[in-house]
Amino acid sequence: MSTSHSNAADKFLKNRKYADWHDDTFWSVRQKRDRMAASLPEWERLRQAAAEIKDHTLSHLGDYLEQFADAAEKNGVKVHWAADADEFNSIVYDILSSHGVQKMVKSKSMLTEECRMNPYLESKGIEIVETDLGERIIQLKGQAPSHIVMPAIHLSHDDVGELFEKELCTEKGNHDPTYLTYQARLSLRDEFLTADAGMTGANFGIAETGDIVVCTNEGNADMSTSCPRLHIAAMGIEKVIPDYDALAVFHRLLARSATGQPTTVFTSHFRKARPGGEMHIVLVDNGRSEWLADSDHRKTLRCMRCGSCMNTCPVYRNSGGYSYSYFIPGPLGVNLGMLRDPKAYSGNISACTLCLSCQSTCPVKIDLGDQIYKWRQKLDSFGTANKEKKLICKGMEVIFDHPAIYNAATGELHLVNHVPDAILNCGLNPWAAGHKMMKFPKKPFHKLIKEVADPDDIKKS
Amino acid sequence: MSAKEDILSRCRRNAGPEVKRPSLEGLDPLTFADPLEKFKSTSVEMSCRVIDVPEGKNLNDAVKEAFQDAKTICTNIPGIDCATSNPDTVASVTELNHTDVGVVPGMLGVAENGCIWVPQTMKEKAVCFISENLAIVLPRQNVVSNMHEAYRRIEFNDYGYGAFISGPSKTADIAQVLVTGAQAARTLTVFLI
Repeated sequence: MSTSHSNAADKFLKNRKYADWHDDTFWSVRQKRDRMAASLPEWERLRQAAAEIKDHTLSHLGDYLEQFADAAEKNGVKVHWAADADEFNSIVYDILSSHGVQKMVKSKSMLTEECRMNPYLESKGIEIVETDLGERIIQLKGQAPSHIVMPAIHLSHDDVGELFEKELCTEKGNHDPTYLTYQARLSLRDEFLTADAGMTGANFGIAETGDIVVCTNEGNADMSTSCPRLHIAAMGIEKVIPDYDALAVFHRLLARSATGQPTTVFTSHFRKARPGGEMHIVLVDNGRSEWLADSDHRKTLRCMRCGSCMNTCPVYRNSGGYSYSYFIPGPLGVNLGMLRDPKAYSGNISACTLCLSCQSTCPVKIDLGDQIYKWRQKLDSFGTANKEKKLICKGMEVIFDHPAIYNAATGELHLVNHVPDAILNCGLNPWAAGHKMMKFPKKPFHKLIKEVADPDDIKKS
Repeated sequence: MSAKEDILSRCRRNAGPEVKRPSLEGLDPLTFADPLEKFKSTSVEMSCRVIDVPEGKNLNDAVKEAFQDAKTICTNIPGIDCATSNPDTVASVTELNHTDVGVVPGMLGVAENGCIWVPQTMKEKAVCFISENLAIVLPRQNVVSNMHEAYRRIEFNDYGYGAFISGPSKTADIAQVLVTGAQAARTLTVFLI
């Protein structure tokens, strides 16, 4: 009964030492987030306000987008609209080719991952240099991010050290993170100073002022836009918010939820092009305006990509980003993948224990776990429900509909205990996967409870 | 229909029931009895060096004292005579690479997270990021408690760029080990005037 996720998770768990480190690392990020939340008495009120501001904005998305675009254009920024990933890629390519750009530096953008922009531009002969250290590492390694905030979390310092020896000619055997970070800094300096264009994503777009707001710890978005003359910002349409009063609410939640810091080091507001330069904003829909119509799942559009749902998720922590078939992992990725293409990404839907830890930490209160439950109910309609599970459910339906069969079956279940181990734990029994088969009690629970006590007594105590 | 009209009409068609904007009146955000003291302690937690420049002391002397080994100092703040370059007059950003210290004006400090609002007040804003060490000059009376207050007070000028900066550039992208000095300044010094 395995899914694509559980099969991939099996591989991840083969390296137990690393799996434990991964689990501990993210749990400590979760704890840092908790300390930050506890330090603000208004934390829960902030989350509620953030959720309501997002819902308000989404219910007026057309108006706010128009206001945003008008404000940006008044600031001299060129605003482009892309209905889907292909249109986004070709708009970016047109801007770059009309400026004769050969090399573009860029800061992290999950939207450009979503649109597979880098491979497209590279196929057209444009060199793309990722400048967030984690993104740069995986770019040099030819890999995809395994977490949206910590993209190279699946690599150890030895992995990075060996990679840099090959790619950046660093000292052999020196895998000290401080040394490696410094070498990457030197190499990226050259890239910033020789690039013809810089690209950023957008954490927020401010409708009232037309600002693009980008949050980083490294300062790479600012370096990417302070050196080249051309700045392109890629922004999903759901990233627009009304004004600075709203921004203050999200700003206070974002870094605290993401990494347990009170703020990112840089919160950069791009309102106009730098002197003598040009600034473009590409607004990307790519499915978002259709997801709005889906009342079960529209709350996903509140997301500001902090990653806290992954950090806290027991399944993500113990299976890693690459166990998910969608490019965004964790509870958020499960849901976004299903919105994108339920047939293609149903294999992730099992990656949830319904513990709902994700939605109790989400700074904008997205009901991520509830949504996963809802997706599960629809699996049959996508033709992706598991055949064995369907058969078992049919069988259970018969048992639960007929008390006589139920009582007979549960009364005799303990006989299973006498089946030899070799058969019970042979690998064909899905209940014995990953652990030994359970022992059944002599009497079923509903008989035991009647013997032990009057249920009313239990209630009273 | 253009992509713009298409997207906007889909957003409007699918907008769903109207949701009113919440009032932030009852939010009651954390404030501090002495925002300046809190700002100083938060800044230190964010790996900043905070230097109080007493009244009557010359900023030029304070900069020289704080950066005794610096060979190149870039600023356009009048009165800092030890400057070796000016971000308004450099021919290209490349000239600013390897600058030891950039000194820039900050407008507003935020006690809860050590953020300082640094609007672009120079032709090449690169000085704020490319310098090995960054120093921000902040008037001590311009400190507020939290981001709600800060976002009501920040201002833009015609350059149309500004950033909140809190601490030196940093990363933990290699095996979660915290390293300061990723792509921008490796240290941050705040001069309170």
